[in-house]
Amino acid sequence: MEFRRKDLLGIAELEAEEIRLILDTAASLKEISTRPIKKVPTLRGKTVVTLFYEPSTRTRMSFEIAAKRLSADTLNLTVAASSAVKGETLEDTAHNLEAMAPDLLIIRHPASGAPHFLAKRLKCGVINAGDGLHEHPTQALLDLLTVREAKGRLDGLKVAIVGDIAHSRVARSNIHAFTKMGSKVTVAGPATMLPPYLDSLGVKVTYSLEEAVRGADVIMMLRLQLERMGQMYLSTLREYSVHFGLAARHLPLAKKDVIIMHPGPLNRGVEISPEVADGVHSVILAQVTNGVAVRMAMLYLLIGGEKA
Amino acid sequence: MSLLISGGLVVDPSRDLVENLDLLVEGGKIKALEPWGAIPAQGRRVIAAQGLVVTPGLIDMHVHLREPGEEYKETVETGARAAARGGFSAVAAMPNTRPVNDAAAVTRFILDQAKAAGLARVYPVGAVSVGSQGGNLSEYGDLKAAGVVALSDDGQPVRNPMLMRRALEYARTFSLPIISHCEDLDLRGEGVMHEGKVSLNLGLKGIPAAAEEVMVFRDLTLAGLTGARLHIAHVSTAGSVELIRRAKAAGLKVTAETAPHYFTLTDDAVLGFDTHAKVNPPLRTTADVAAIKKGLKDGTLDAIASDHAPHSSLEKEVEFAEAAFGLIGLETSLGLSLKLVHDKVLTLSQLITKMSTHPARILGVKGGTLAPGAAADLTLIDLNRKWQVDAGKFASKSRNCPFDGWTLKGKAVMTIVGGRIVSSEL
Repeated sequence: MEFRRKDLLGIAELEAEEIRLILDTAASLKEISTRPIKKVPTLRGKTVVTLFYEPSTRTRMSFEIAAKRLSADTLNLTVAASSAVKGETLEDTAHNLEAMAPDLLIIRHPASGAPHFLAKRLKCGVINAGDGLHEHPTQALLDLLTVREAKGRLDGLKVAIVGDIAHSRVARSNIHAFTKMGSKVTVAGPATMLPPYLDSLGVKVTYSLEEAVRGADVIMMLRLQLERMGQMYLSTLREYSVHFGLAARHLPLAKKDVIIMHPGPLNRGVEISPEVADGVHSVILAQVTNGVAVRMAMLYLLIGGEKA
Repeated sequence: MSLLISGGLVVDPSRDLVENLDLLVEGGKIKALEPWGAIPAQGRRVIAAQGLVVTPGLIDMHVHLREPGEEYKETVETGARAAARGGFSAVAAMPNTRPVNDAAAVTRFILDQAKAAGLARVYPVGAVSVGSQGGNLSEYGDLKAAGVVALSDDGQPVRNPMLMRRALEYARTFSLPIISHCEDLDLRGEGVMHEGKVSLNLGLKGIPAAAEEVMVFRDLTLAGLTGARLHIAHVSTAGSVELIRRAKAAGLKVTAETAPHYFTLTDDAVLGFDTHAKVNPPLRTTADVAAIKKGLKDGTLDAIASDHAPHSSLEKEVEFAEAAFGLIGLETSLGLSLKLVHDKVLTLSQLITKMSTHPARILGVKGGTLAPGAAADLTLIDLNRKWQVDAGKFASKSRNCPFDGWTLKGKAVMTIVGGRIVSSEL
């Protein structure tokens, strides 16, 4: 099987077969990062541009390292201001970038659909590195890879995703990703952070952290965006952490070999207690390592081969 | 010169008329209707209407013409031309221009522009509050004297219920209806599309149906309190239809309109982040579409209006959340609405009632009838003509049309205003 898409915009449109191909490719490329000389010439002469309209260290660095390990030339563009005040429209930015003939554009943008907007207008490939509340596909792929490594399978696993589902592109991509691969997903959070119609995505919905983690193989805690405070979603951080913060006392409810995930950056003591974040069940740093592998795989699949 | 429109099927809901008649126009007025062949053709310009339907000129009671202030999107002239092309002999122009039409001088300017254009009639709608800012009442008496036919803060809904109460009462003083854009802005929040499965999947912030319905309920209640005439604009939800149905059953003086996109499209049209499908109120669900059709059929919804809202690529070729709300409808409204007739949701008479007779009555303007002596505002319709929507060829200055490329069945082929042909494809 080969990957036939020009872009990676979301998990929603991927087939399980395509996801498997990406994970297998990532697994095989992972070894490169363990070599003394961590570089192969696969993407020599290719230009990869990262265009970030939101602050991000880890995702942008992860893409950059992935590109460099495959010998692509990288260019990083961080646009501080929001598109509304920066003067240049996204359309103009797109055409200007195109004029420089990059092979691949990696974009993060606060507006849902911004990568789709670019993909429609550009000949080069586009990777969505997070758009608004919509999707963050490479995060979901690295999460799948991490779980598959830990459990040896994805099918039939019980996965709990806990936190602000409404505002989380990580949650959306992961719900699509895990359900497509046969896992059973339960989401939990306060009702203000669980959007209506969640059940239409094929997940179980609960307001109880305890219920979500009972019997879970995987617990994924989402970052609570602190700016949500004062927007009528929550009363206090203290109360949030009491009801929806994962602590050591919750772990006996889950499977013995449960793994704890978090997309980072952590709010220690809010959605996750330090002893859980740093404990034996945590695979949080493995997620980061796998992020590089998955992004190498996507670069390779999108611009590595001789595509027609 | 006199016009003889011969050989057509005359449909005039104002007089329950569906008959094969010739129609004679003289001096800008309807002179006579007689059986085919009964009126001599000599010395008259004859319009062969065989196979066509002759109706009172269509009236679109809810459009945005953007002039003054946003002439790059539309002008009174281009909007009035789009109207004529679409079969409309008259339109009511919402006041959210720059400056807002909250004063007689602005009203007179719009009317002057319309007169100079000499196309469809333009009836200005005045602002409920000064600058549509939700503060003080604008000068309804002056506005009426200058020519406004209704009052509305369309696009800038009246937040303060006390202001709405006073506006309804003050409007009653001058026999003007209030056209309410029912939307609770706090409940809308940062929403950009209908809150449902599609918004969930696209990660776009939702506007719940409740944001419309709580305001419909508020305004119906205030209409009951004041006894004033209330018209609810662009109804989009099943819940609103039900609230209006109950209010009418209780005897309230309330009327309501919907727009073709609310019985044609659902929120699925937003998939792919198509900003042409970004409109306010937002495109809803299949259940809402069904309820809108039922409301049209049982008379709960009195009128169909396009809410023609021109925007340029500057407002639409941007990120979805940044894009302006609104789509244009003057040149597709009839074609989309005729589907209700082809699908037997409405009879042709019922449709013409909602696109001509009722709008004329609600606004208290001429038209909506073919009674002898009435102004000769007419639309000739080919019910079965199939045509492809080509936004690139619209008379409107704007192109924000989600129906571009669609094939529609039925089209206005001639529009006559005061006995003058303002648009013709014959």
